[in-house]
Amino acid sequence: MATVTIKIKRQNPEISGKDKPYWEEFTLKDVDPTDRLLEMLHRIKWEQDGTLTLRRSCAHGVCGSDAMRINGVNALACKVLMQDVGETIMVEPILGLPIVKDLVVDMEPFFDHYKAVMPFFVNDDPVPENGRERLQSIEDRESFDDTTKCILCACCTTSCPSFWANGKYVGPAAIVQAHRFIFDTRDKASQERMDALAEPNGVWRCRTIYNCTPACPRDIQVTKAIGEVKLAIRRGSPTGIIKAIG
Amino acid sequence: MQIHKHEAIIVGAGGAGLMAALYASKGGTDVAVVSKLYPTRSHTGAAQGGISAALGNLDDDAPIYHAYDTVKGGDYLTDQNAAMVLADNAIDAVIELEHMGLPFDRTPDGKISQRRFGGHTSNFGESLVRRACHAADRTGHMILQTLYQQCIKQKVNFFDEFQVVDLIINKDKCVGVVAVDIGTGEFHIYHGKAVLFASGGWGRCWEVTSNAHSLTGDGAAVVLRKGIPLQDMEFYQFHPTGIYRMGILITEGVRGEGGVLLNSRGERFMERYAPSVKDLASRDVVSRAIYDEVEAGRGIKGNNYVHLDIRPSTVNRFFAEEGRPESDYIDDAYVEKKLPDILDFCRTYLGVDPVKEPMPVQPTAHYGMGGIPTNIDAEVVTDENWAVYPGLYAAGETACVSVHGANRLGTNALLELVVFGRRGGMKIAEDVKQMEWTDLPSDAGKAMESEFKRIRTSKGKTKSHELRQKMQNMMMRKVGVYRTEETLSEAVEELKEMKQLYYTDLTIDDEGSIFNTDLMEAWELGCLLDLAEVTAVSALNRTESRGGHSRDDYKKRDDENWLVHTLVHSDSGDVQNPNYQINIKKKVDLSLAEKDDKFIPKERVY
Ligand SMILES: Cc1cc2nc3c(=O)[nH]c(=O)nc-3n(C[C@H](O)[C@H](O)[C@H](O)COP(=O)(O)OP(=O)(O)OC[C@H]3O[C@@H](n4cnc5c(N)ncnc54)[C@H](O)[C@@H]3O)c2cc1C
Ligand code: FES
Repeated sequence: MATVTIKIKRQNPEISGKDKPYWEEFTLKDVDPTDRLLEMLHRIKWEQDGTLTLRRSCAHGVCGSDAMRINGVNALACKVLMQDVGETIMVEPILGLPIVKDLVVDMEPFFDHYKAVMPFFVNDDPVPENGRERLQSIEDRESFDDTTKCILCACCTTSCPSFWANGKYVGPAAIVQAHRFIFDTRDKASQERMDALAEPNGVWRCRTIYNCTPACPRDIQVTKAIGEVKLAIRRGSPTGIIKAIG
Repeated sequence: MQIHKHEAIIVGAGGAGLMAALYASKGGTDVAVVSKLYPTRSHTGAAQGGISAALGNLDDDAPIYHAYDTVKGGDYLTDQNAAMVLADNAIDAVIELEHMGLPFDRTPDGKISQRRFGGHTSNFGESLVRRACHAADRTGHMILQTLYQQCIKQKVNFFDEFQVVDLIINKDKCVGVVAVDIGTGEFHIYHGKAVLFASGGWGRCWEVTSNAHSLTGDGAAVVLRKGIPLQDMEFYQFHPTGIYRMGILITEGVRGEGGVLLNSRGERFMERYAPSVKDLASRDVVSRAIYDEVEAGRGIKGNNYVHLDIRPSTVNRFFAEEGRPESDYIDDAYVEKKLPDILDFCRTYLGVDPVKEPMPVQPTAHYGMGGIPTNIDAEVVTDENWAVYPGLYAAGETACVSVHGANRLGTNALLELVVFGRRGGMKIAEDVKQMEWTDLPSDAGKAMESEFKRIRTSKGKTKSHELRQKMQNMMMRKVGVYRTEETLSEAVEELKEMKQLYYTDLTIDDEGSIFNTDLMEAWELGCLLDLAEVTAVSALNRTESRGGHSRDDYKKRDDENWLVHTLVHSDSGDVQNPNYQINIKKKVDLSLAEKDDKFIPKERVY
């Protein structure tokens, strides 16, 4: 693969004529199959058009900055290799959040949903008398391991048709965050979180469409986690839902 | 220009900034955290292997052993009082993270799980100790998430995607910072009684690096430009195991779990360089060994990399040779469980499956031991007498306490964030109660507005990206693992030329205000150039080899002349034409050695 064409959906509110979304095409030569798409976007920005705007930081899939829609599917640009996307690649901003400029969207609504599920550990019981850690079995720790991996990139939430249809829906990422605490045996605020998610814009907006799970760059079983939260709410308690995993 | 007034301004929302914010806020201070990234995007989230504390959950351990390892690992440039504070406070700090909900891996009896890491030993070097507390290989991610969560709970004020570009000084006190709202391009003034920099490292000075694109040393550069010194900048750590050519880090935890380094002949070469702890010698030692193997023609397929092998068959073979019990042996499932992210990186980026094949690795620019000099309460100090700069604080990688001396041990950085972030936050909470407000100077922010206008409208021929690449490539060759007077003098000259271009010949494509990353990247390049320059200047001045600073022309450590810190500052008052002065009168703190012979500097053998 030597030459590729990258079509980018762009928008710049400051320039008339470019203030509505439009597609622009860039051609790159000498592309290696193992180059990351993020590097290609950098090459466009650095070699051809410095006005191309995107967020990025870590460049290896751990900071969650560069979620975008790549050939119609949400992913982190830094985790997509050129060999996996063909010779003509379509890159768009993630859907359902207001566009700021080019591939940059306004993340505030996303973080507001996140904050709505009490995404923090609550346990006001006295700490162990010896002043040391609270104990937790390997199995109990394992039961919420998957959802601790979330990097808040928004790939899942912005791939969800229910979220596109109704931006007030808290979305998969917020539910994943709630799951991380609801199923942590040390936490004491599960009930409040479950109450928050039982509201009309909570978990029941999820129609199990399953877009979120393949979109997750951290391989979190998002739909499964949402299912577990739904079940916990139905039963009124998280206990016993996740069987100890060996 | 919009003016915000908060008692404490924290610049940066990585582990250090969040910890400081949390503690200042808990102490009753009105805090604003100003960060160019959303907090959870900070590079603390990339830290993998662990955070050390002598909990002794699995092996016999004590803070004094931890302090000893830290001092020795730092090749005796470590300030011993600070190392003791670090090791002592570690236990509380890590336990507190657990109480905040951090999901550490667990031992069979439910305690925090610990693993081995380079240079961490029991009983003053006797044997390797399991001291690194971890959550799989995403410990930094869990620390960052946990601290951000607690800050939300504590209702700390955040200004996300605001980039600090200058420090405001009035009457020799720090009274605030100037920041650009990245989203709108507008300038904002943050007026405070206390300013704490926690803005992270500057690994982007080098071409092959484990550091994020955003790690451009802004905070250190901003401080340096005000004539305030930076300390020990010649000590920059190259981590031995970055993914070949990409620099993405492969945690030392891989070797902590039994992984070994092999050359083209399949030899476990670290046996020759560090007979006792082998692959878990300190990082400077291992990085040089890889470099030497490659120089001797023993790189894999004649290239400049070696193999890191965590295949259970390999690991168990060496365990058997070492006489370790069979219960220590590992299998594929264990590797998957303990190192999921590492496996994912290698499978994604290299198409290499580490449970089946070895990983190609080379040293990668990783961590700045130097930075803004502080005392153990995160107050910035400016000279050999530890004079405190009023209102100014620093913590985390951008600070130099100095607990890492000439070479940092793995897991001690995350620890430094929580220990000194917390101490800084507490000190600020105490200090602001006594401090009066000092007015802003009337011209606050004006100089930066015109500097940004200069960059935005520059019409030269040099793209910031070209210049950055040139610098990164040059730094790799001339200010890398090994240096000499010749390479360093050339580096200093070349950096002067690059800065000349930066100030006279830049060109920018994006002239807009909204989310202008073209402009911000160009400004960040200026920071990188300044830090590269003081790194080279400091390295040229230090005519010895110690820890991460290896001079081919001065191969020996020289304790007679160099048990001192380097302080470098500019006395020209002119950002474009700095005149760097070096002060080597600040002696290393040897307070532990005064009480205990084991801490007296001696040759470092692993
Ligand atoms: C890949 C990798 C793995 C590592 N693994 C380990 C490990 O296992 N154990 C260990 O102990 N250490 C590890 N380290 C080292 C350690 O993670 C870092 O030194 C540490 O996380 C730095 O934290 P910090 O809070 O100082 O800065 P960072 O986490 O880098 O945060 C910097 C903050 O400053 C902000 N900022 C920067 N410039 C500006 C500006 N101009 N204006 C406003 N805000 C600004 C950023 O937005 C960010 O919030 C690792 C490092 C790397 C790179
Ligand atoms: S740049 Fe960090 S996730 Fe892609």
